[in-house]
Amino acid sequence: MPFDPNDIMKDRLTDIGPPKFDKFFPPIVKKNYGKWKYHEIIQPGVLVHVSETGDELYSVRVGTPRLVSVDFIREVCEIADKYCDGYVRWTTRNNIEFLVSDKSKLQPLIDDLKSRDNRFPIGGTGACITNIVHTQGWVHCHTPAIDASGIVKSVMDELYEYFCSHKLPAQVRISLACCLNMCGAVHCSDIAILGVHRKPPFIEHDRVQNVCEIPLVIAACPTAAIKPKKVEIDGKEYKSVEINNARCMFCGNCYTMCPALPIADGQGDGAAIWVGGKVSNSRVPPKFSKLAVPYIPNEPPRWPTIVQTIKKIVETYASDARRYERIGEWIDRIGWERFFEKTGLEFRHEHIDDYRLAMTTWRTTTQFKW
Amino acid sequence: MALKHKTPMVDELMSGPWPSFVADIKRLAERKPQCDDLLGLLELSYRDKEGHWKHGGIVGVFGYGGGVIGRYCDRPDLFPNVAHFHTLRVNQPASKFYTTDVLRKLCDIWEEKGSGLFNFHGSTGDIILLGTTTDQLEPVFYDLTHELGMDLGGSGSNLRTPSCCVGRARCEWSCLDTQDLTYDLTMRYQDELHRPMFPYKFKFKVSGCPNDCVAAIARADCSIIGTWRDNIRIDQEAVRAYVGGELVPNGGAHGFEKRPLDIQAEVIDKCPTKCMEWDGKNLKIWDEECVRCMHCINVMPRALRPGEDVGATILVGAKAPILEGAQLSSVVIPFMKMEPPYEEFHEFVEKMWDWWMEHGKNRERLGELIQRLGMREFLKVTGLKPDPRMVNTPRYNPYIFFDPADVPGGWERDTKAFRERHQP
Repeated sequence: MPFDPNDIMKDRLTDIGPPKFDKFFPPIVKKNYGKWKYHEIIQPGVLVHVSETGDELYSVRVGTPRLVSVDFIREVCEIADKYCDGYVRWTTRNNIEFLVSDKSKLQPLIDDLKSRDNRFPIGGTGACITNIVHTQGWVHCHTPAIDASGIVKSVMDELYEYFCSHKLPAQVRISLACCLNMCGAVHCSDIAILGVHRKPPFIEHDRVQNVCEIPLVIAACPTAAIKPKKVEIDGKEYKSVEINNARCMFCGNCYTMCPALPIADGQGDGAAIWVGGKVSNSRVPPKFSKLAVPYIPNEPPRWPTIVQTIKKIVETYASDARRYERIGEWIDRIGWERFFEKTGLEFRHEHIDDYRLAMTTWRTTTQFKW
Repeated sequence: MALKHKTPMVDELMSGPWPSFVADIKRLAERKPQCDDLLGLLELSYRDKEGHWKHGGIVGVFGYGGGVIGRYCDRPDLFPNVAHFHTLRVNQPASKFYTTDVLRKLCDIWEEKGSGLFNFHGSTGDIILLGTTTDQLEPVFYDLTHELGMDLGGSGSNLRTPSCCVGRARCEWSCLDTQDLTYDLTMRYQDELHRPMFPYKFKFKVSGCPNDCVAAIARADCSIIGTWRDNIRIDQEAVRAYVGGELVPNGGAHGFEKRPLDIQAEVIDKCPTKCMEWDGKNLKIWDEECVRCMHCINVMPRALRPGEDVGATILVGAKAPILEGAQLSSVVIPFMKMEPPYEEFHEFVEKMWDWWMEHGKNRERLGELIQRLGMREFLKVTGLKPDPRMVNTPRYNPYIFFDPADVPGGWERDTKAFRERHQP
């Protein structure tokens, strides 16, 4: 029965949930579910998983831009039909995995992927820089301070060799969020690119009372910088708000609540770079990323300063860290004073925390390095 | 067909070794005017260094209060084809396996009724259908449910789409059936997923082991991370093979050359509790000292495996910075067996939600409510007992909120008797 626009309740299905996870499993995955014994990466981007049953499953991992078209997905399908019996999966970091259980199909699959210009880069395994997880940026978000896809493309172009190799001391997870809302939750990444505003919102007094719930706007400010205020414009009185700019920390939460408080600004906005976070429990517990560079301006279309700053951090880490040390573990060993010295990044006022619990980050020992 | 908009800045993202989203969108823009306008709008953003999208209005499908995010461009005069450009979140199958058949059908629906652009996938895990008009929302929803057996995911103050790692489908370390639990939670809580009833968003993420491939500990209000209580399984033969250089350490993750593994430096010295010893022939692990960090297992995947008494550690409260600052999840249940029908876990979840729904303020995440009202209160309402595994350290401030019930006589004082003992 086709959709009837005049009777949307006809044959309506709701709350059916997603397809059950095993509906789209390849037969080899169904057969060996829970029976996998070990895995090996046989070349960058190519894994083999070996089951207790003796079965072997080869996975070829390729990076994607995440923002993709139906044409791209159809091309993925064409490849999966040709080599993978029509099955394919995605990873949590926007990579695709083509799975083959017949080893004779592996090399032809790899050759085919390589023959399609740059659309299917193979890599993203082991001690590499795998795909960047990111948000929407200027392509589709209403609160961004930076673009997402353009910066990601520029960074990955520059660091491409690290995607396709295992030559870093450990894996480096880069992520990007285009504002402090952090849809991408980038706060525990080896390197995070975060969109920041630097100008307080301006107030469109004649719009506030029409498009905003003033009490919610006031409550939305974490530093209590917003107060109600009556404003007169051309003899007409408006209910509006006033903002104590000195208390603004540019979180943008008020703009989320009220479109009449625009915060984005071409001159003010840009990116902060954070380093040393991780989520795995391996060796040391998970860590937050810490501030490395407070502000880099937006430089579309290629964001050269962001790209070069990240490259510098990666290369310094690559040459100085010991095997298995994530960026955060490396910095813990050498100390922050050495991190700034070795990377040549400037240590500024912005690096010293002045928000809640700031004192827990200040140096409370005479132990430091000259 | 020539494209309408000149996009010289955006076009610079066509070159380079990494796949180009611009090149991809351009091939679709040949036949989809929305894509042409989208690139034009992006070019304008590149010139202005500002975004050009407005706050979403209230749009959705009938009976749901989430899954659709309204999006309007602020220059419809220049880019009329993206004036209305709403997003649909489609709940992915747990761990993201697909057949080409279902993907092709999805492409056909989305090319006909939307922009033909996706985020594969959104940060939370959904398939994101990026850009359509209000009148297409119901038809797309009808096709998703009827033709693909798919449904919308969460948005706003709903349960967000639960997600998990690849789990037992293709990983030897998964200490619980991550997909099954994710599917169970998703199906049991469809109402919470589709209709806003919470103070703010709520996320479940399920990782099979402490490597935490879905970053559950950093971003889920309730993080479920697989673990074990018994001993690491050791194949001593394989340990000797690593030390002897017959096996590639780390499954190749740190280089492919066969080299003798320096087990002292690379495994034992890196162990956070130093609970291992190598006598030149056998690896001894004092499992009671092990904190299950996964490092030794990661280095020697052919020799070491997690134990067999498996389950999960439950942690709560992680979130990104807005509003009270970023939080990691904190341990509240050190170990729970995670087997169907998961009744014990459901019970915990529902107690937690009842408390949060009653006391949480508008846009207050669970982690923030726990900060505001205290972990003690959280443990009380969920019926959990304090355990040293819940803290990195006991408190070091002396401001203890003692309970009057624990003090003889409560907080009542005999003031007269006091003054008989003490003159003013």
